[in-house]
Amino acid sequence: ALGLGGKPSAFSTDEKPNSLQEITNYNNFYEFGTGKTDPAQNSGSLKTSPWSVQIDGLVDRPGSYGVEDLVPEAALEERIYRLRCVEAWSMVIPWLGVPLSGVLDKAGVQSGAKFVAFETLHDPEQMPGQRSRIIDWPYREGLRLDEAMHPLTILATGLYGRVLPNQNGAPIRLVVPWKYGFKSIKSIVRITLTDKQPPTSWQMLQPSEYGFYANVNPQVDHPRWSQATERRIGSGLFGGRQDTLMFNGYGEQVAGLYTGMDLAKNY
Amino acid sequence: MVQHLNGWLRRLPVWTVWLLGLIPLALLVWDTLQGNLGVDPVRDIEHRLGRTAIYFLLATLAVTPLLRLTRLNMMRFRQALGLICFTYALCHLAAWVVFDMAFLWAQMLKDVAKRPYLIFGMLAFVMLLALAVTSNRASIRRMGARWRQLHRLIYPAAILGALHWLWALKVWESRPVVVFCGILLLLLLRLRLITAAVRR
Repeated sequence: ALGLGGKPSAFSTDEKPNSLQEITNYNNFYEFGTGKTDPAQNSGSLKTSPWSVQIDGLVDRPGSYGVEDLVPEAALEERIYRLRCVEAWSMVIPWLGVPLSGVLDKAGVQSGAKFVAFETLHDPEQMPGQRSRIIDWPYREGLRLDEAMHPLTILATGLYGRVLPNQNGAPIRLVVPWKYGFKSIKSIVRITLTDKQPPTSWQMLQPSEYGFYANVNPQVDHPRWSQATERRIGSGLFGGRQDTLMFNGYGEQVAGLYTGMDLAKNY
Repeated sequence: MVQHLNGWLRRLPVWTVWLLGLIPLALLVWDTLQGNLGVDPVRDIEHRLGRTAIYFLLATLAVTPLLRLTRLNMMRFRQALGLICFTYALCHLAAWVVFDMAFLWAQMLKDVAKRPYLIFGMLAFVMLLALAVTSNRASIRRMGARWRQLHRLIYPAAILGALHWLWALKVWESRPVVVFCGILLLLLLRLRLITAAVRR
């Protein structure tokens, strides 16, 4: 349904959001191809309704939950967040979603749970990019429980006042604004509460380059490129680069999660 | 058939190769001015120039095996093909400096010294530069046998150029893998040709 509304949030940035055109035509979603416009071109085959999310593991009420039940329209908030890709570009996106913490509370997180694991749909019929084995499908991501329960962490079902476009991770995706974009897993079909750190796709593929935490950090470079600066999409040919901020500028809210941790080691 | 084609190629002026070779650049300029480049024009400009450079490198490398294996003679155009390749490599580098890095010299220098894919790319460029500035009759005459030695740099330049592309990506993508295999094949063919020539 077009014309979704969302309550404004104090967590929103006042930076100018990228246009809908930019947000929907510049995507990393390898399930539909490795090119930036592949997802926009190839994601039409994804059937997003009906869609349910399996919540299992260390929860009191495991089961299959409909997207409407997890993220009721009435509860939507608008969260205008910066998004920093590990490839050193960035955008500003007005998401519609709800805090993940409330969703996990619905399933009842058990006291032994320490991590949350997420999985994307695995169906090469609907996701043609999965026919080539560039990644060990399904795409997997994970958060520590305190990161998952942090008020900045949301499950989004829309952007720019409309239902989430397929290329942006419809019908339901994670958004963790202080981490590199690849942590914000798309088209989620499974959420598992666990007591062990779950394997994540990019870390499985290249552990020396992608860590579990993947916090935006200008001081810790990707082994093959610098993370000190970034290019804001939409700033034109002569837009130049801007400095990348620690925790993508959300340090005030999230730095406490990592006190005492060596972030160069836990990258 | 090949003789016929060779006769026709002999009459083709070299500038037609330049004309054809500059079409991708003209299309890129056109797309840029028309706003056809999509959401991130910087990336598109940079990548299209780099890809075109390596395609022309491949074409340059193909001239000799083509002659030996099929008798098709493109020798007259090899210099132009090589110089077109260099032109695109130069534009690719300029796009990186101006649009992508916005003249952040400190970061660029640090990156070129530290990042393997940039080291590969920059080494390949320096080699192509050496070939381009000596791509003239005066240099051939002055340098004699050393000219041939110098121009063998096209082999490492080709491999480094392809590695530069592969190394910049997060996963194995088909196009650069195909190009890399193509370069290896062309170099392997050369080895075979050389050994065959020695034996004969």
